[in-house]
Amino acid sequence: MAKKPSTLINMVVALLVITAVSGGLLGLVYGMTKDTIAEVDQKKNAAAIAEVLGTDENSKLETVTIDDLTYNLAYDAQGNFLGAAVKTFSNAGFSGRIELMVGLLADGTINKVSVLSQSETPGLGANMVQPKFKDQFNGKNPASYNLTVKKDGGDVDAITAATISSRAFCEALRTATEGFEANKSQFMKGGQQ
Amino acid sequence: MSNHLQTFTKGLVKENPILVLLLGCCPTLATTTSAINGMSMGLATTFVLVLSNIFISLLKGFIPDKVRIPCFIVVIASFVTIVQLVMQAYVPDIYATLGLFIPLIVVNCIVLGRAEAFASKNPVFPSLLDGLGMGLGFTLALTLLGCIRELLGNGTIFAVRILPETANMLLFILPPGAFICLGLVIAIVNKFKKESH
Repeated sequence: MAKKPSTLINMVVALLVITAVSGGLLGLVYGMTKDTIAEVDQKKNAAAIAEVLGTDENSKLETVTIDDLTYNLAYDAQGNFLGAAVKTFSNAGFSGRIELMVGLLADGTINKVSVLSQSETPGLGANMVQPKFKDQFNGKNPASYNLTVKKDGGDVDAITAATISSRAFCEALRTATEGFEANKSQFMKGGQQ
Repeated sequence: MSNHLQTFTKGLVKENPILVLLLGCCPTLATTTSAINGMSMGLATTFVLVLSNIFISLLKGFIPDKVRIPCFIVVIASFVTIVQLVMQAYVPDIYATLGLFIPLIVVNCIVLGRAEAFASKNPVFPSLLDGLGMGLGFTLALTLLGCIRELLGNGTIFAVRILPETANMLLFILPPGAFICLGLVIAIVNKFKKESH
């Protein structure tokens, strides 16, 4: 088949048809996958909340967003405040944003931490997802536990050769616990309504 | 038939996109921090390469020469986005590890390079074979580099520990290690190629 000559009209028609068909196709695929993607995200979020708070399906969840942080508040059947799964982040990572889900109990104690997304160096900062690092926070109360790495005078064992990633992780935790403390009285009341 | 076979196998070794043609070095250097990352990137690229080669071969009579590059890019970018959306919806676990790299495929020179050098001049079936061969060659090179860097930098291959943790040379996981490894592997390949002549 001979090539079409590069006249203006041929070029415009070819580009127009290709971009229009591509655009239409993308719109179609987006429309088909949109709901599934949202559902998958929702499930992932719900799983992370259940993991860090250890709640079951009997507890009621409420979501509030204050200062960029999302608090998923959990109440038991009687409306007592159980704790919150706080979606927190730090932009101080070695290669970009780190997102964590932190489970905080009503008294401010860290129950469990789950890493939602990170792009740290494999074998170094990426080891923050390993229990060896992230489980050291379980059961620690920030009132008596300094959430900074030992190198900076805190109580946290940093990941070997990944102090920057560890610092960012701690920063995200501090953001979550400080935000939680500041808004706690409001959360306590929330379940009654 | 032997012609078709050659179209397929030339991408694996003789014209390997990374080790011989030096195309697509950007994603190579960035994603080979571990064997599994390298292999995943390679396979995702292979998929896009095969599809884009088929379509560009089909469309070649319709696209005037002067606007061929923008046309190719639009076709490639559309496929990459479709792959990304479909993976995000139906295989979220794989997407979680690979998600970062998928948009990188758009700017991968191999995909555009094969569209320009092969698919726009050849019928559909050889274009498919060319895409498959080149893609697998790319995957092979990326997996090899990923294995070397993961072994030297982290003491593991595919997360299986081979060397003790004390032997880790972190440099090889960091960007300079990527350049050093790629350079040495290419040097070795060149030596063997010269000897076989």
